[in-house]
Amino acid sequence: MPDAPPTRYRDGARAVAPFAIAVAGFGISFGLLARADGWGWLAPILMSATTFAGSAQFAAASILGDGGTVAAAVAAALLLNARYGPIGISVAPWLEGPRWRRFLHAQLVVDESWAIAARGEGRYDRRILIGAGLLLYVAWVLGTAVGAVAGRALVDPTKLGLDAAFPTLFLALLVPQIRNRKPLFAALLGAAIALALTPLTPAGVPIIAASAACLLGVRR
Amino acid sequence: MSSVWLLVGSVGLGTVAIKAVGPVLLGGRPLPARATGLVELLAPALLGALVATQALGDGRALVFDERLIGLAVAGIALWRKAPMLVVIVAAAAATALARTVL
Repeated sequence: MPDAPPTRYRDGARAVAPFAIAVAGFGISFGLLARADGWGWLAPILMSATTFAGSAQFAAASILGDGGTVAAAVAAALLLNARYGPIGISVAPWLEGPRWRRFLHAQLVVDESWAIAARGEGRYDRRILIGAGLLLYVAWVLGTAVGAVAGRALVDPTKLGLDAAFPTLFLALLVPQIRNRKPLFAALLGAAIALALTPLTPAGVPIIAASAACLLGVRR
Repeated sequence: MSSVWLLVGSVGLGTVAIKAVGPVLLGGRPLPARATGLVELLAPALLGALVATQALGDGRALVFDERLIGLAVAGIALWRKAPMLVVIVAAAAATALARTVL
């Protein structure tokens, strides 16, 4: 079988561009929300630049904004990001080079870049991952900066239906993964686990628990 | 003010560490054969969970609201192999429209 032509970083950026637009929109709303909560302009931008994980940042900001403790906000955010433990392990074989480079590349792994780089059967394309991750990073940090600096001049993202963009993004990333019955069952089981646990556990736990659905892949 | 910086610092450091663990410790080496069967189902399992919680979750409650209309429109658009940007815009527009009409 002839090799496919090698992919380029640019291919990853191009593939993820439509997602990056939605991510920038949510970056703007994170910047707005944090600014409105009295964070100033620098803290939200620094948080987006270091944490680079939308759901965790929104969860942490809303817990603090509702009068929760810093410890509760940190715990919720880290639980939401705990899925990046197994996700990092899944891409690890494909991230080569010295340790410092693997460390930096690992920071570009987010749900969207990871899913778009998936080649099925546990394979990942490193260049697609990095190209997509870089564009998403720029979109997220710049969006946050726009929101944090521009302040309240902008509108509520739910009025524009942008909150529906997120399940849509994840559905669009899921569809190409469904190559046969096994990933379909894993997706349905993951969804069922997450929904069942949502009312019972703190935010983030349902998503981590859903990763147990991959036990369907145990080889006998 | 200082609580914001404590939050930003802790979450930032914690997330950087979580993301780095796998690639730094295991980078560049193939996973054991027994683990690949699990890893290849991780993406669909987590993405399925994310679709469900982003579509129905509202904090700890499950709510059925206009997002589902947007998601249904997105499903049709994906099935018709519409370009990604069209899918997202259609989902957002359908949701926004449903919010003003319903």
